[in-house]
Amino acid sequence: MAIYELSVNQRTHSVDVDPDMPVLWVLRDVLGLTGTKFGCGKGLCGACTVLFNGHAVRSCSLPVAAVQNGELITIEEVDKISQYQTQAIPIKQAWIEHKVPQCGYCQPGQIMSAVALLKNNDKLDRKQIIQQMSGNICRCGTYQRIEKAILSVAKGASDDE
Amino acid sequence: MRHFKINHEEIKNGTVGRSVKHESASAQVTGKAIYIDDRHQTSQILHGYPVMASVSSGTIESIDTSEALKIPAVSCILSADDIPGQNDVGPVFKGDILLAENEIFYHGQPVLLVVASSYEAARKAARKVVIKYRQTPPLLDIKMSIANQDWVRPPHSLKKGDVDTALANAANRLEGEIAIGGQEHFYLEGQVSIAEPTEEGGIFVHCSTQNPTEIQHLVAKVLKRPFNFVTVEMRRMGGGFGGKETQAAPWACLAALAADKTQQIVKIRLARSDDFRITGKRHPFYNKYEIGFTDTGIIQAADIQINGNCGYSADLSDAIVDRALFHANNAYYYPAARILGNRCRSNTVSHTAFRGFGGPQGMLTAEQIMDDIAYYCDIEPLQVRLKNLLRPGMDETPYGQKTSQFVMADMLQKLADDANYYQRKSEIAKFNQSSPIIKKGIAITPVQFGISFTVQHLNQAGALVNVYTDGSVHVNHGGTEMGQGLNTKIAQIVAQVFGIDYEQVLVNATRTDKVPNTSPTAASSGTDLNGMAALNAANTIKRRLFDYLEKTYHVDHTSIMASKNEVHFGEQKIPFSKLVEQAYLNRISLSATGYYATPEIYYDRATASGHPFFYYAHGCAVSEVEIDCLTGESTVTRTDILHDVGHSINPAIDKGQIEGAFIQGMGWLTTEDLIWHQDGQLASASPANYKIPAIGDTPAIFNLSLYDSENPETTVFRSKAVGEPPFMLAISVWCAIRHALASLTQQRFVPALNAPATPEAILTAVIEANNWNKKQGCNRD
Repeated sequence: MAIYELSVNQRTHSVDVDPDMPVLWVLRDVLGLTGTKFGCGKGLCGACTVLFNGHAVRSCSLPVAAVQNGELITIEEVDKISQYQTQAIPIKQAWIEHKVPQCGYCQPGQIMSAVALLKNNDKLDRKQIIQQMSGNICRCGTYQRIEKAILSVAKGASDDE
Repeated sequence: MRHFKINHEEIKNGTVGRSVKHESASAQVTGKAIYIDDRHQTSQILHGYPVMASVSSGTIESIDTSEALKIPAVSCILSADDIPGQNDVGPVFKGDILLAENEIFYHGQPVLLVVASSYEAARKAARKVVIKYRQTPPLLDIKMSIANQDWVRPPHSLKKGDVDTALANAANRLEGEIAIGGQEHFYLEGQVSIAEPTEEGGIFVHCSTQNPTEIQHLVAKVLKRPFNFVTVEMRRMGGGFGGKETQAAPWACLAALAADKTQQIVKIRLARSDDFRITGKRHPFYNKYEIGFTDTGIIQAADIQINGNCGYSADLSDAIVDRALFHANNAYYYPAARILGNRCRSNTVSHTAFRGFGGPQGMLTAEQIMDDIAYYCDIEPLQVRLKNLLRPGMDETPYGQKTSQFVMADMLQKLADDANYYQRKSEIAKFNQSSPIIKKGIAITPVQFGISFTVQHLNQAGALVNVYTDGSVHVNHGGTEMGQGLNTKIAQIVAQVFGIDYEQVLVNATRTDKVPNTSPTAASSGTDLNGMAALNAANTIKRRLFDYLEKTYHVDHTSIMASKNEVHFGEQKIPFSKLVEQAYLNRISLSATGYYATPEIYYDRATASGHPFFYYAHGCAVSEVEIDCLTGESTVTRTDILHDVGHSINPAIDKGQIEGAFIQGMGWLTTEDLIWHQDGQLASASPANYKIPAIGDTPAIFNLSLYDSENPETTVFRSKAVGEPPFMLAISVWCAIRHALASLTQQRFVPALNAPATPEAILTAVIEANNWNKKQGCNRD
């Protein structure tokens, strides 16, 4: 066990855990942030996606020791943090408007990937969305709506310019 | 109020028929929607993990738990001897063993349960248990099961007319076969249960299950307690798809067993790879047929053998293979038929319910038959399908039920027109002539899916509606929410009855102490059954309120109408909340239960005939694909769907079900390949080697329309079930791949294609087509 200072949603938390404990379990079991989901434990399904220094990462296979000097953002607060609000507020809204979620379990991860995608790309087309979102699987098959929701936000953003 | 007609005027102002958002949408996008594993994230609870057998068949010689018990976090290790009641969690028939006693039936079968203060310690300890086995050769080949007549349940067959004579007299005869792969559910939320001891000595269970009542019963039987000592709650699942109809039970029962022993809260959550290995899947099938047909492609006789690989126990296989039989004619008329269904045993996990419940495996065979006839007779496949549809006068299925709603021909023709089927087909033929490697294909296929549980007594449901004195409404019902939008639709139905806003109605967790003796949320029946029960409950309260108005204000019942949060009577109106308050002060009960049982359905096993389905849901899809003849890769480039959901209660939710079901079906038929090692261990046990569709697999062009048609049967607001039927729309993809393959032989021969049509399967078919071409060349020489 070791003590780690973690920045989660712009608050610092001190946690006493094993260095190889995946960030997912630190978030869920230690900090009680259960919005981030366990899907496969191998970084292959995307249900556990969070933002680390602005990039979408799989928290189930990322050891806590690797995220000490960076900033973690989770589904609970992503729309309340200034540098992501521009993407996160409309994307959550688009998810509701396009009626994306069915069972909803993969959706926190989908939304976090979508926020990173929009944050890091000014203009988006289907090809880019497919490329960036392929690591987030949805067994309910809501992909068509995910694509539409992301495109609607991307279009809205470019309309503003 | 079972026989209501839709009042279009009322509906216009009401909430039924509107695409209101899913009741959980806001919670789902903020991470606030609670799933089972999100409860009790504390170090104060215990975790259970199974010790799994490392052989597929044999007996246990010795068990050594000493190393596992040395781990300080381990509190106990439980075996079959610790079970006070029954060690069997079979849903219908006995044979699903909770913890192995001596004999091992499949690789990964739970033998013991480790209980520890952390999840990691429980898993680690489970791996430290040493079990020695006396191995016996496992049965893993379905053809061997058939040869040995090794069944988990007796065969059952449908018979219509004199098949042998009809075959003998048929103008043309063809034989065929197909191996159809199973499918892993891969619900994103894996199996998970939490059990908590209660002060009465009972157990409270949170379980991700489609069948809370069955969990209640099985936990009680395992613990040897009366049913009323066990309560099960289920708010939402992170996906079910049939995989939590019976497969949730072992983990709930084991968690309850451990909670009962330790008198602490116990959680069991399976790791993904173990969830793959030790929970049942869609049944793999091996089907064979001989068909007789006219020169014009009309079926005269069908002799079909359906073989479901059931795994080691019966589970739900009897009903699943039955449904495969019931759908082996899909939407077609077989004048004479013999359809035999075998329930084959093997040393694998017990295969189970999965969206479609055997229907897809029967229906795929019917569509293969249609294509076989089309290529043999050199008739356009859609024409063969249209000619063979069930139609007036030729309306009887092989199980004696007569089809009464004939919409399939209209739907197929409409879709063919809307999707430009014929024109695209000729363009594809042109393209293929000049494209030696990439071949395109297109196919249009129908779906006619019977709605009702084939086990008759399951076709019942209950609901509890409570109206509070401020006019807000709380509803419980027997169904479970797994993403299909059931709770949303039920809230809409109840809101419609009271003429209030949808937001005034809250539907949340399913609980066995609120609505008892419920059926699983399965067979697409969630809304049909529970929606009608909720409607009946709401109508009971509505009637009391209207009676009160009638007596108090001396108005006639017929002049009272509830709409837009107000109740109008005579020339007056009153807000719904005020009426409710008045009713309370006048001592009128504002709570009611509702009940519903599907009418008209029966099936006589002895004669293999009856009316097992209340009605049929219809749909059709046209898919276009590209295959690469060098790599075997396939891509679905466009899909157009026309689907019949009756009068839709919520079009956005229904369309979501159709889109998702198609994608899931496409995965089943193209990329999802279950592979078992020779020793019976599942090799494809993680997303690394089991490929379900991702966003890039969605057809680039994907059009969907709802067919404008009310259900002729008296279902809730004349809607139709939607969960399963659209899964089989994906058969159009498989048929389109066959069409692309047939282009290799200028449509003169279509090679066999097993399902799923993986790159390997497609390459095998390409080789078969090329060999056929060579042989034709040789013959010409």
